[in-house]
Amino acid sequence: MTEITEPNNVRQKLHLVFTGHVDHGKSTVIGRLLYDTGSLPEGTVTKIRRISAETGQPFEMAFLLDAFEEEQKQGITIDTTRLQFKTKKRDYVIIDAPGHKEFLKNMISGAADAEAAFLVIDAQRGVEEQSRRHALMLKLLGISRIGLIINKMDLVGFSQDVFQAVSAELTGFLESLGLSPQVTLPLAALSGENIVAHSQAMTWYHGPTLIEALDGLTKDEGGQGSLRLPLQAIYKFDDRRILAGRIESGQVSVGDEILISPGGKKTKVVSLAAWLDRDLKSQSGAGESVGLMVSDEFFNRRGEIVSLPGEPPAVSDRLRASIFWMGRNPLKIKRRYKLRLATSESEAEITEIVRLVDSETLAAQNGRNQAQSSSESPKTMVGVFGPGGQTQNAAKPISSGPEPSSSADDAHLKIEERTSGPEEVGFNQVAEVEILLQRQLAFDLFSRHRATGRFVLVDGFDVSGGGIVTEIFERLPVRFGFVGDGLRARCEVFEEYYYDISGMAVSKVTPKEPSYSLGDRVPLTGHSYRYPENFDIAVFRDRVAIRIRDGRVVSLLALQDYAYEGFPIVNGRGFGVLVNSERDWALVREDYDRLTTDNETALAERWLDFNTYRRIPMGGGEYSQELFE
Amino acid sequence: MNHLQSLEADSIFILREAYNRLGRLGLLWSIGKDSTVLLWLAKKAFFGHCPFPFIHVDTGYKIPEMITYRDLVALELGLEMIVWQNSEALSAGMGPAKGRLICCRALKTDALNSMTKHYGFDGLIVGVRRDEEGSRSKERVFSERNEDDEWDYVNQPPELWGQFKTDFPKGHHIRVHPLLQWNEIDIWRYIESEQIPVIDLYFSKNGRRYRSLGCAPCTGIIESEAATVSQIIEELANTKVAERAGRAQDQEDAYAMQKLRKDGYM
Repeated sequence: MTEITEPNNVRQKLHLVFTGHVDHGKSTVIGRLLYDTGSLPEGTVTKIRRISAETGQPFEMAFLLDAFEEEQKQGITIDTTRLQFKTKKRDYVIIDAPGHKEFLKNMISGAADAEAAFLVIDAQRGVEEQSRRHALMLKLLGISRIGLIINKMDLVGFSQDVFQAVSAELTGFLESLGLSPQVTLPLAALSGENIVAHSQAMTWYHGPTLIEALDGLTKDEGGQGSLRLPLQAIYKFDDRRILAGRIESGQVSVGDEILISPGGKKTKVVSLAAWLDRDLKSQSGAGESVGLMVSDEFFNRRGEIVSLPGEPPAVSDRLRASIFWMGRNPLKIKRRYKLRLATSESEAEITEIVRLVDSETLAAQNGRNQAQSSSESPKTMVGVFGPGGQTQNAAKPISSGPEPSSSADDAHLKIEERTSGPEEVGFNQVAEVEILLQRQLAFDLFSRHRATGRFVLVDGFDVSGGGIVTEIFERLPVRFGFVGDGLRARCEVFEEYYYDISGMAVSKVTPKEPSYSLGDRVPLTGHSYRYPENFDIAVFRDRVAIRIRDGRVVSLLALQDYAYEGFPIVNGRGFGVLVNSERDWALVREDYDRLTTDNETALAERWLDFNTYRRIPMGGGEYSQELFE
Repeated sequence: MNHLQSLEADSIFILREAYNRLGRLGLLWSIGKDSTVLLWLAKKAFFGHCPFPFIHVDTGYKIPEMITYRDLVALELGLEMIVWQNSEALSAGMGPAKGRLICCRALKTDALNSMTKHYGFDGLIVGVRRDEEGSRSKERVFSERNEDDEWDYVNQPPELWGQFKTDFPKGHHIRVHPLLQWNEIDIWRYIESEQIPVIDLYFSKNGRRYRSLGCAPCTGIIESEAATVSQIIEELANTKVAERAGRAQDQEDAYAMQKLRKDGYM
């Protein structure tokens, strides 16, 4: 084959992914494409013919891709593979993604890198579960160049009617997702119909062959839009101080004034660093890994985003997102995960699962039905280690103890029932959620900036989910009791609790002081609480500890950095935590990590002290007048 | 940006992630073209510095020129070098005569694994590429190995959007693969455009050259007239012979490389 080369001998390369339901023939389509374009290494076809003959199986194109022994023996693709082929126009990298439901995470790993996707559908079997799920994933991965392959046309007698029916069904589904296929092809991959040459069996089809369709795709150059340079690290190997990272969009030039978020500091680019003089430039653009030297040496850290001052990213700690979950354990409300967005990272809590998306029908499951069928109590409750039900209005009555059981004995207590949404997102499910971050991060809407508008969620050691930001909440919906050292913690330590005798419920009055920062004096004594001059507050929910010394806030620190110093510890509600040694503290941490709704009460009884710092006096707030009537 | 420039930028991004996210880090330098490109990329990523040691697992059977070249380059660039050998197996007479896979396992896999343990590496940067052979095509950029250095290849974590596996239990380590997306021809085109010095075993002498470097007894020499980098590129653009066709250990068994790599082979 004659090479058409760009200057510098480098040809354009396009990354393609083939997805679809298991057994619809993705690997065969790819195998055929490689075979017909003469892209297979010498001996490969002979070797596979030999394996086929020896095992009595039909010649399997798929063996070319499914390299693992397990894959060849079971005849399925387990993990994603990459293969290359070329046409006269350019080079292609094909990503073969598994269609089996169990391997969705592998499909995503492959598809996330693709610039264009082909969805392969078996003409005889039509659209199946994974066909829809994969289409939904392509949408969430932001892949908009999509082609449809109606494969195995030989099995339906090369019928134009079947082709039209299947493509109409699939196109309808894609359109409901806001995707429109650029091309729809009838193929019989096994015999190579419409791959490189027009099929004689389907003369009714006048569209492009697969090769023509591929060459017709425009390459996504990416990186459109304003400057986004997430910092990977700050290097000081020698006398140079270099801000290193990869430009995700836009460009940066020497002399530019830049904004570094979320810090919000502005400075100027003095030069773009490089090892070799010949690599020194005055401007760099999207996709380049660069090093900035700037005029002001203020504190910078990994995770910050460099932008131009006129087009900054949002800075917030609360967002709404569409997520897909691939974790072994379901994603749960109230549990804490690590969220990683570009190079930044924060602890994150799913505050609400707005809806679950059924990829079969795209119908939402939300609200009542889900809550009623859930075995977990949908009630708002006072968490053992910190405030529960953050959507609770602070002035409204809440239940008092750690044991909000729903037994008949408590029927007279005013326990507010909150209609809640789904409590968890299961394996391979897609959902819309709201997320609260432990710290403010700089990020964007996915629709505006792809690379800084998407994130993954880490559960334990594993990347278990991915998501795209669909909404950013600029204003804090939650009141933080403490703010400082880049951390915030919700807490109700200085809230007054009262027992409302007529309503037989505990009510809460929130102090006027919005929050306390480093150096602030805190009110050690209230109507319903009294704390010592020196104590520590462990806000488990936000994983932050606060040290109070001589009645003032002296530090906020991440819980993992906190060490017991011999001072009393209270939790986020002002209840004592029974810690008298470093060992006790380690045990509390351990227990907290295995906290579930089932053992919450037992752990509360083991570790919490409800009497030392708090009491619950009668009356208060709007109820106090009634008491003396 | 052309294709080579974007490969370079992405590899630099990966190297920086590895350096930032993993604790103790080392780079496996096999003296061959791929890990020499890695060395070059590390210099670019860290602005002329190499902030981690370079490791050579020396089987004792390497082509002698490789060892001379290694020591020369290490001295010239001032690399912090770790040379590691399974001397116990060697003195007990281990060699390809005992069986190629047995030999690879002892002198490469076991040596690598004991070196990893000895230095307590959390991350090893390795120059493998997806286009080399089947099991490598399924690799992740950050690929976890457990405390026994095993690769759980049927249950790999998702890897997307430049978010890599950086959380793992103590005692496990990560193999970092910055060149995974590169092809053999990309390596040579990059060597050409960057004018990177490589060992001259790759260049034809008397009509023969090495296409892939390894241990002397198990590495084949190919018939070739390619005596310069551009002639090698020309040759590769027109060949249909697989790069590792001359590596005897790959041919031992249909799934030889998968089996070796599962136990920690690079």
